[in-house]
Amino acid sequence: MGDFFSNYDILGAFWVTVQLSVLSAIGALVIGTVVAVLRISPVGVLRLIGSLYVNLIRNTPLTLLMVSSILGLTFILGLQISEQNTRNAYWWAVIMLSVYHAAFVCEAIRSGVNTIPAGQAEAARSIGLTFGQSMREVLLPQAFRGAIAPLGSTLIALIKNTTVAAVILGTAEAAGLLAQITENEGASLPLFFVFALGFVVLTLPIGIGITNLSRRLAVKR
Amino acid sequence: MKSTRTGLAAAAAVLALTVSACGSDDGGGGDAGSGGDGGGDSIRIGIKFDQPGLGLKQGEEYTGMDVDIATYVAGELGYSEDQIEWVQAPSAQRENLIATDQVRLIFATYSITDERKEQVSFAGPYFIAGQDLLVRSDDDSITGPDSLDGKSLCSVTGSTSAQNVQEEVPGVNLQEFGTYSECVAALQSGAIDALTTDDTILAGYAAQPQYEGQLKVVGNTFSEERYGVGLKKGDTELCQQVTDAINQMFEDGSWQAAVDDNLGQAGYQPGAGNPPTPDECA
Repeated sequence: MGDFFSNYDILGAFWVTVQLSVLSAIGALVIGTVVAVLRISPVGVLRLIGSLYVNLIRNTPLTLLMVSSILGLTFILGLQISEQNTRNAYWWAVIMLSVYHAAFVCEAIRSGVNTIPAGQAEAARSIGLTFGQSMREVLLPQAFRGAIAPLGSTLIALIKNTTVAAVILGTAEAAGLLAQITENEGASLPLFFVFALGFVVLTLPIGIGITNLSRRLAVKR
Repeated sequence: MKSTRTGLAAAAAVLALTVSACGSDDGGGGDAGSGGDGGGDSIRIGIKFDQPGLGLKQGEEYTGMDVDIATYVAGELGYSEDQIEWVQAPSAQRENLIATDQVRLIFATYSITDERKEQVSFAGPYFIAGQDLLVRSDDDSITGPDSLDGKSLCSVTGSTSAQNVQEEVPGVNLQEFGTYSECVAALQSGAIDALTTDDTILAGYAAQPQYEGQLKVVGNTFSEERYGVGLKKGDTELCQQVTDAINQMFEDGSWQAAVDDNLGQAGYQPGAGNPPTPDECA
């Protein structure tokens, strides 16, 4: 088992997994918040755009999004982020992970908004706050605190979904490296457990932390 | 009432089939010694289901060089064509399929390597392939790995071919995908310049009707892949029988026929060292 660690850069591969996770989590949170605001805005067209985004992206397989980013967007439409194919695939993986999980983030935040009594929004508007102000000052802060648990689940799913990037990214991240080691050494249980353990190490603390946080930050009503 | 009875009969028939399938599976391992006559038993052989020219499943039809050679070898072992049960053997699962007795033989572009010999035994080689490049027919700028510097090259995530070429040409601009089909599509559209893996696989793609005349194999191999027949570790008797069958196939010309039928359309000729001399069974 020590062989795997000395012959292959397993920690390096997991480091790329962490990079992908962090960058995509930030991207997904930003896009997801914007889409959530669209979905609860008072303007019908914006609500329509928001729900189109969520229903389109959430129901498309991530693998399809990944492959189409390279085969479709880069190769056919010429949207190349970097001349270097591996860098290009890396950034497309981040974008696609962000775009995909933004749909889930949006729904998590919307569920958070739904935990807020209607009186809060009405009170905010009645004291003269605009839609933007009432979002910023009253609704979103409470929505995020109420949505921490589902956001945490989305983050854990995102970390594990970074493995899908192997279909365009090669051996840089964990799943790609696992494919390479399996090709060279044959499949084996210890190897499988090393990689499974790697993901447990990444996700378990997040799960525990999120549970704590959601308890502490919950809006007492 | 009638329909219930028909249903029951059908269920019983299905059950019987399942049971007999399990039975033959067990028997497959057990009668390894009796060899010669397979009798009413069937034999499970692992092949690729997705490699044109080598092992391809289309509906209930199985075609390809590996399929033809496996059929011949099974015939020599005493199994007729309809006694063969084809099983999909993806690269990562080949060792496990053999170790757990799910298949008795594997003909799936299975290169003989020392690492793999620790888990399975090999008969053969029955073919010597080499890593090569597939390019568009009108592209003469790529003649081998030396001319790849700065070119966009495609291969499959983690494959031996991808690792080789990265070592040989560090300056190559490598794009890795999950399967070769994506690479071929990108190559045809001009988005990448070359695709690399074993020349047999490349020839299979070049010979596909939808790519006919558009792609060519460069023909300058830079590695040696010795395709062997995977079988249970230490089963020298079976190994010997398979080796004898392969030798006979070389002699009576059916090996050449299998190669020409499946890979010849794109003008592919087997490289140097073919037909190979099978190793001793140890």
